Amino acid sequence: MIPAIVVFCYLAIVLYIGIFAFRKSTGSRDDFFLANRSLGPYIFVLSLFGTNMTAFAILGSSGLAYQRGIGVYGLMASSSGFVIPLTLFFIGTRLWHLGKKFGHLTQVQYFRDRWECSFVGTVIFALTAVMLVPYLIIGTMGGGTTLESISTVMGEDGKPVMVQVYNPDGTPAMEPVMVPKVVDGKPTPQKVPKLDENGNKVLQPKMEPKHWVSYEVGAALVALVVMSYVFFGGMRGTAWVNSFQTLLFLSFGAAAFIIIGSKQDGGFSALMDKMAANPRTAALLTRERIPMEEFFSYTFIPLSSIMFPHIAIMCMTAEKVTHFKKTVIFYPLCIMAIWLPCVYFGVIGAELVPGLSQETSDDVIPRMLRENTNVLLAGILGAGIMACVMASDSQILALSTMFSEDIFRYYGGKEKFGERVQVWTGRVFIIIVTLIAYLIALELKDKEGIFELAIRFAFSGFAALAPVMLAALFWKRSNKWGALAATLWVAFSLGFTWWLFSDTELIKPPPGKFVDIPGYGGIFQRSFSNVLVYGFLPVMPMVIGSALLMIGVSLLTPPPSRATIEKYFPPKTA
Amino acid sequence: MKKVLLILMVVCVYALHQDFWLWRDNTRVFGILPIGLAYHAGFSILAAIMMFVLVKFAWPSELETVEPQQAPGEADK
Repeated sequence: MIPAIVVFCYLAIVLYIGIFAFRKSTGSRDDFFLANRSLGPYIFVLSLFGTNMTAFAILGSSGLAYQRGIGVYGLMASSSGFVIPLTLFFIGTRLWHLGKKFGHLTQVQYFRDRWECSFVGTVIFALTAVMLVPYLIIGTMGGGTTLESISTVMGEDGKPVMVQVYNPDGTPAMEPVMVPKVVDGKPTPQKVPKLDENGNKVLQPKMEPKHWVSYEVGAALVALVVMSYVFFGGMRGTAWVNSFQTLLFLSFGAAAFIIIGSKQDGGFSALMDKMAANPRTAALLTRERIPMEEFFSYTFIPLSSIMFPHIAIMCMTAEKVTHFKKTVIFYPLCIMAIWLPCVYFGVIGAELVPGLSQETSDDVIPRMLRENTNVLLAGILGAGIMACVMASDSQILALSTMFSEDIFRYYGGKEKFGERVQVWTGRVFIIIVTLIAYLIALELKDKEGIFELAIRFAFSGFAALAPVMLAALFWKRSNKWGALAATLWVAFSLGFTWWLFSDTELIKPPPGKFVDIPGYGGIFQRSFSNVLVYGFLPVMPMVIGSALLMIGVSLLTPPPSRATIEKYFPPKTA
Repeated sequence: MKKVLLILMVVCVYALHQDFWLWRDNTRVFGILPIGLAYHAGFSILAAIMMFVLVKFAWPSELETVEPQQAPGEADK
């Protein structure tokens, strides 16, 4: 129960931060959606970084390192540490400038004005909104799962108290008894159902650990807390909570390193020797399980960061553009401080908690800490994990900002009802979105994988929209037709790769290998978790295709008007 | 010339990210860090240095002065 109490305290703190931010607000549109464009340098760097750090990034990286080794750091972290600061430097600063100069709050407002076209903005709005929604659902699901997990009732023997599971009709649920598969007379790690003498599966009552807080209540609590501080605090509350969470992540990594290291006989050095000597784990200390093509093409993924609406909107909250200076310099170091321990723990987890599947390996750090800490530290750990899963706050606010600016305001809502109503529309939207995400999280409790998959696809989609933004900012000749062609290409290629992925489920190879998908002349391959194009991740052809369409179609169609070009590319004064 | 040197720096740093020469190297640094991981931790520091150089020599100072030209949100009308 103690870990759950610590987490409740954490939830109370973030709720208080949101309410405190509300007391500082002026009620205006800029204040609610952009914190009045007044964030100071330290809150700006911490909140921008925290906004990017989701459960998917932190727990997902350790889970992937558990399966594929140390290369995950180079694959995801150091590539992000290189690409994201560059995008903030070249794109973020310009978004800030244009936002301040012309009053834009969202990317769509900028695109509509830059390309003199409402429709292209609407298409981009629809695509980005669809790609953002899975985050909200995963955040709510993660909250329910985490609270349920840390409130497990433990027996006197130190093991969870188990209770019978019942079907919806009230009958006891049953499950097959699983036994190790025997090959050549020897048991293997693979489990198969036990059969009786007639060949029928032997069943046993289905049991599960008893929890103080159920999944449903946990998800509701987390959704309510996130909704409240976003509802009251708006961007200011969200930025403060994100800063607090970033500090928590940073201290969490260091604490975990010390705690786990101190429990190992001979320290990490002896552990590494043991792993190097074991053929099962030796490959994890090199990059054998990551193909070079995948490593190379993964560097396109961090281009997605600046195209996420919540990151682009966050760029407009800085009080001064000079606040970006510290942000871009410290960003790679912050990434290192958080991801290095995560990847390292994921790798040593393969030795300390062996046998986790692809689906459960994201839980490797919580498991290691549970086994190496006391209840109080486990609670603090729970709060750290909760901070990860609650990163959906920025996405909720971004969706609310997009709805109230790109739909409500654009179609005359503000003129008809006024600015205060617009802000309240944004707030009501937050409640509706949270409620829908909660209901989906309840209904599709066991379908978490679908939304995680959607998020992975969304990264490629946002990355492939980056050429659209680059063209808008740096190429006068780019026009709405080029932008529309590139956006439709992104939507099409996302749909196609999703379909190809689902259609090849039956031929998926084990992790680390890939097979040709028949019927495509060797163009497409299927790996365990993705579709590949000539061995490269689909994000690479998607980005290149988007850039080529942006350039080609723009050149074949008329340029934007002289007035628009002069507005966005004013002649330089001496 | 300054621009060319800065572009060259960014390209070189990116090239250093693709450290194919360490792919199967299982040497360890200080006994606890596999070299592939230590190298990329070092790369993160290098990326921070690269950004410091860009901020120092290529900072878009023309963006610092802003005269708001329209009421917020009116631009897209």
